[in-house]
Amino acid sequence: MCTNVTRSAAITGSAKGPSGWFSVDTATVYFDHPFHAPLEHSLNIDLVNRAAGAPARVAIELSAASARELVRQITAALDDEPAAVPLSDVKAPTISA
Amino acid sequence: MYRGMHCEVVSLAGHNGDQIEAYHARALGDGPHPSVVVIHHMPGWDDWTLEVARRITHHGYATLSPHLYSRSGPGDPDDVAAKARAAGGVSDDQVMGDITASAAYLRAQTGANGKVGVIGFCSGGRQAYLAACRIRDLDAAVDCWGGAVVVDDPAQLDEKHPVAPIDLTAQMSAPLLGIFGNDDRNPTAAQVDRTEAELKRHGKTYEFHRYDGAGHAFFHWGRPEAYRGEQAIDAWSHVFAFFARHLGA
Repeated sequence: MCTNVTRSAAITGSAKGPSGWFSVDTATVYFDHPFHAPLEHSLNIDLVNRAAGAPARVAIELSAASARELVRQITAALDDEPAAVPLSDVKAPTISA
Repeated sequence: MYRGMHCEVVSLAGHNGDQIEAYHARALGDGPHPSVVVIHHMPGWDDWTLEVARRITHHGYATLSPHLYSRSGPGDPDDVAAKARAAGGVSDDQVMGDITASAAYLRAQTGANGKVGVIGFCSGGRQAYLAACRIRDLDAAVDCWGGAVVVDDPAQLDEKHPVAPIDLTAQMSAPLLGIFGNDDRNPTAAQVDRTEAELKRHGKTYEFHRYDGAGHAFFHWGRPEAYRGEQAIDAWSHVFAFFARHLGA
């Protein structure tokens, strides 16, 4: 879309990058031009550790349809065991535009 | 024409004196050589941008492609771009400062003929339009499908991008070449119409080339969904004719 519109969410967990596992605290999400995927636009997600700098990132670029399917499967996986899934486990579970 | 070139990453003082990295490609031979600042698209200072710089250099120019996200580094350009984006992107003032510094760097090189143009793609197309309006000593500007030159949604304006470039058209001082796909959604064909009307109203020197069957980023051979070979070949011929006319290649 050629804009700077980016959503972000505070997250708790880990991700594995080229240098191994690291803690992640933020997910940024945007629909715009990809860096690598052979698409005009893609749904891009960056899982990052904000304090660790640019290299502490795991990135994915998905087609819009596959991103929607991923959302469905994440939701389904969480719904499989609702009793085991607390509603909130992050300190600041905010999502903002 | 001798087709050799020399390419390297250099460091220069950009906006506010900040050190930024840039890709410098220069045609070999005696010159004098005209120069072009190559502005990367929103995904960042990627391989495609540097290939574009070499393509222009192959035609006898010196080019400099500043890494506009340098301040969010160090790191791979894609990681650095993600960090810059998460911070709301780079400000127009900062980009104009980096382009001004890039043009000065090119003019100072041995063999430079003193003429400097700018070309930008996607968000860089918008920045090229803005540069044509705000930087007084540019000799030519090429806007390739720059989005948000016309701003219909006020949410697209913020502290870092406070003014719609179209509103600065009256002060444009460089001749402008615009390349657009008629299926693009940003800018839409209707928005390109409005930009052209504003250029006409102010009596600016410009030429637009608009292509059916093409959308956004139709030069980009790395994106099969977007790439349109026939239209891209024609449009590149206009880019080189424009630069030759205004920069004296």
